[in-house]
Amino acid sequence: MMRADLPPNPDPFLNQPITPELVKKHGLLPEEYEQVRLHLGGDPTLTELGIFSVMWSEHCSYKNTRPLLKGFPTEKKGATEAFGRVLVKAGEENAGIIDVGDGWAIAFKIESHNHPSAIEPFEGAATGVGGIIRDIFTMGARPVLLTNSLRFGELDSPATKRLLRGVVAGIAHYGNCVGVPTVAGDVYFDRSYEGNPLVNALCLGTLRHDQIRRGKATGLGNPVYYVGASTGRDGLGGAAFASKELSAESSSDRPAVQKGDPFMEKLLIEACLEMMAVPGLVVGIQDMGAAGLTCSTCETASRGGAGIEIELDRVPQRESGMNSYEIMLSESQERMLVIVQKGRESEIEAVFAKWDLHAANIGTVTDTGRMVVRQHGIVVADIPAAALTDNAPVYQREAARPAYLDAMAAWSAAGAGLADLDAKGAQDALPRVLFHPTIASKRWIYRQYDHMVQHGTVVLPGSDAGVVRLRLGNSEKFIAISNDCNGRYCYLNPRRGALIAMVECLRNLVCSGATPLAMTDNLNFGNPYKPENFYQLKECVAGLAEACRFFDVPVVGGNVSLYNESPAGAIDPTPTVSVVGFIEKEAHITRQFARAAGERLVLLGGAPTELGGSQFLGIVHGMKMGDAPAVDLSAEKSLQDFLLARIREGRVGAAHDLSEGGLLVAVCEMLFGAQTLGAALDLTGLAAPRLDALLFGESQGRVLVAVSEGDLQGLLGVADEAGIPVDAIGVVTDDARLSVRSPAGTLEWSAARLRNGWETSIETAMKRPGLG
Amino acid sequence: MDIAVLQFPGSNCDQDALQLFASGLGLPTRFVWHKDTALGGADLVVVPGGFSYGDYLRCGAIARFSPVMAAVHEHASRGGLVLGICNGFQILCEAGLLPGALIRNSSLEYRCITCDLTVEDAGTAFNTRVLGRRVRLPIGHGEGNFRIDDEGLARLEAGRQVLLRYADNPNGSLRGIAGIRNEEGNVFGMMPHPDRAFERFHPSQDGLDVARAVLSVRFPELLRKSA
Repeated sequence: MMRADLPPNPDPFLNQPITPELVKKHGLLPEEYEQVRLHLGGDPTLTELGIFSVMWSEHCSYKNTRPLLKGFPTEKKGATEAFGRVLVKAGEENAGIIDVGDGWAIAFKIESHNHPSAIEPFEGAATGVGGIIRDIFTMGARPVLLTNSLRFGELDSPATKRLLRGVVAGIAHYGNCVGVPTVAGDVYFDRSYEGNPLVNALCLGTLRHDQIRRGKATGLGNPVYYVGASTGRDGLGGAAFASKELSAESSSDRPAVQKGDPFMEKLLIEACLEMMAVPGLVVGIQDMGAAGLTCSTCETASRGGAGIEIELDRVPQRESGMNSYEIMLSESQERMLVIVQKGRESEIEAVFAKWDLHAANIGTVTDTGRMVVRQHGIVVADIPAAALTDNAPVYQREAARPAYLDAMAAWSAAGAGLADLDAKGAQDALPRVLFHPTIASKRWIYRQYDHMVQHGTVVLPGSDAGVVRLRLGNSEKFIAISNDCNGRYCYLNPRRGALIAMVECLRNLVCSGATPLAMTDNLNFGNPYKPENFYQLKECVAGLAEACRFFDVPVVGGNVSLYNESPAGAIDPTPTVSVVGFIEKEAHITRQFARAAGERLVLLGGAPTELGGSQFLGIVHGMKMGDAPAVDLSAEKSLQDFLLARIREGRVGAAHDLSEGGLLVAVCEMLFGAQTLGAALDLTGLAAPRLDALLFGESQGRVLVAVSEGDLQGLLGVADEAGIPVDAIGVVTDDARLSVRSPAGTLEWSAARLRNGWETSIETAMKRPGLG
Repeated sequence: MDIAVLQFPGSNCDQDALQLFASGLGLPTRFVWHKDTALGGADLVVVPGGFSYGDYLRCGAIARFSPVMAAVHEHASRGGLVLGICNGFQILCEAGLLPGALIRNSSLEYRCITCDLTVEDAGTAFNTRVLGRRVRLPIGHGEGNFRIDDEGLARLEAGRQVLLRYADNPNGSLRGIAGIRNEEGNVFGMMPHPDRAFERFHPSQDGLDVARAVLSVRFPELLRKSA
């Protein structure tokens, strides 16, 4: 039944009857289509069908994950009136906002651009950066830092190298040009991401409390402005594309990948911040990201409890002859929707004229609660705004525990007949583990990112966490940020893997001298319609929520990316977390690098004993087996509190957590800050059932610190009192050698050679012949 | 003293350059918008880093047509001081205020690293008394590979116009050239960022000395202050 209230459209394309095939092509289930008809009182127009298809995609609606996400804590219990309060909560707006005191706040969020990057790595990654930056300045914040979290297949195939090269160049192209430093990141290489890389980008911005802007359309008759770049046919239906599995045919979806213009974005940032600084001018603002004009209009209307009417003839267009379906679904980049106070049109127009940008008055706020779209004088869409947002379908998907988990939980190295390392084996294993791209230095990557622009970067990439000085009015504050997630652990034990992602991220911050403040997460999973995948998702979310509650670190926003599958299967579940920490005093900033010979190396947390899920098993034995390492939240918290207290006393020269690669890798990474450092370790006093687990196991809750000789006894004493397992395991030397007394005999390496291999491993793999 | 930092669309080290002079050296520093046609009596004009006009076409190629550049030309021709940093150096080359050109790094990749540089004897125009033989400054560019024809190179070297050379050439520049001055000694350009080397937590504070070196001939009291 056609709707009686809409006129026929003279364009036969737009006027075509909606067939079941057309509905299927738009990714809507038959029962979802029935809901669409109920909302509209008849069949949708083609434009309306397109609008529903993008707004009800997972990317925009979170229809398969919304119930799960409700389990996240969104407020900080220990927040004070002046610090740590959540000012804008997860899900309310484009990004969450946290109070950092003195009337200032930070806005931050992470977002994925996985599918576009798989098809077109350069543009996919570049526009991922552009999109997340817009999410931050749309809140009224000035973007001050970026981080990213990347996952690729093993770095041994030309296809993976092409993806890595393209993604890194794309991030660099966009971030460098727009002038926001990329200060931290994490990168893993694992077969499960073959053909389906993950590209998660985070942006953080600063603002005063009174600068917070909302994505709300309010005030009857207020004009609706379109600012920024023109609309073209690029990125048509990108949100819908992001909500299906990648296949051999995906490259034909290339038009769904957007093309970014960081120069335009830079102008847009400056113009928008200048406009928002004019008192009372801006009523609401939202970026046109996924689902472009569609999403920004219906979401602002829905949040404001209002309606919105727009006229597409007034939308700046890059190409002639675009129809309403194309304009509404375009994901052209660098565009924003702004609702301004009626009567002050000339003020917004003056700001954008200064920056030579479009500011087109395309419509009006109404009180009908409906999103009405006109083109050439004809209504092409008329939809209750809430039907597209709050009233989108929500599903509780079926979860089934994958059968392999039992085998993983029951696995043991002894049971599997895995011989322990002897001295020769250990000798050979360290360089292999250390030079694997997952563990090797990421210098080849981060030196392509401008990590110093804005002159506030304190701890450069390559340490446990990035540290940035924020200049807030006349005062300055220091924050640390770290990303984490080991998908291997999440595959072996989803709940525990997620717990580890959180506790390791927190540990990285504490090692840097920071108190964790708040978290944003990016849930990267496979197709949720497969019950095993949904089980992984559900368990990982439960794990993150448990850790967040335990450590009183609220979730302030995030992103969900499902359907991360290639023909070979789903990726390892990867709930990437990123936590921001606050550093009280500049003097507390701690790096992972030992500074001088004579410093004592002390292991906090006890000897590692577990092999399951380790990089060692993967690299040396080719196995992704066993249970993820155990997590004891109370012990972890005691350790972190203890370490932070010592750092604040000024008694810690360097701190580095044990993570991928285990104890020896951590020692090496502490030494690699300087050319000439080495270490002499004695591990014979550590209780260790197996040498491989001692040297390369990845037991959680371990930190290595370097302290001066004079501080050693004091540290051992207070650790004992606090009940923290503590072992003095060696001393930093200046002979560039690493020698280890182990239960299997003395092991010895040239630290200089280890460092060189570690530093150049990725570079060597990525070398292009003939270039300097 | 009055220092003017130009702002082009796409400048992104404008704040950094401003802070180098304002908070680093405590000198009166202000911005000048690229559409302005006057510099308002500035003693030093700083052309900051970034991606002016997106660096589309060629780095600095569009910026040189901005209205403010006519005033910069006039300022320079009257002997006024000009310092171009990174993209600013590229703009000054495109504008013909400095010889040579900056092309794509030989690695074809952007490089953000901190470099050791040797300070050349560039005569009294760039006062090297404040500099040690070496300075450490960050770079951040994709197109910092300095090129010039043989004749131009000979003139540069003979005229002691090279200010800084990379100890370990990161971008393929001819003779490791990282910064130069014009013949007259009032226009300076460099790819390294003194504006990323002045805060106590930066890799070095050598940027302060480089900034002083540019100003020192005209304002010798700056040297006395630092000594």
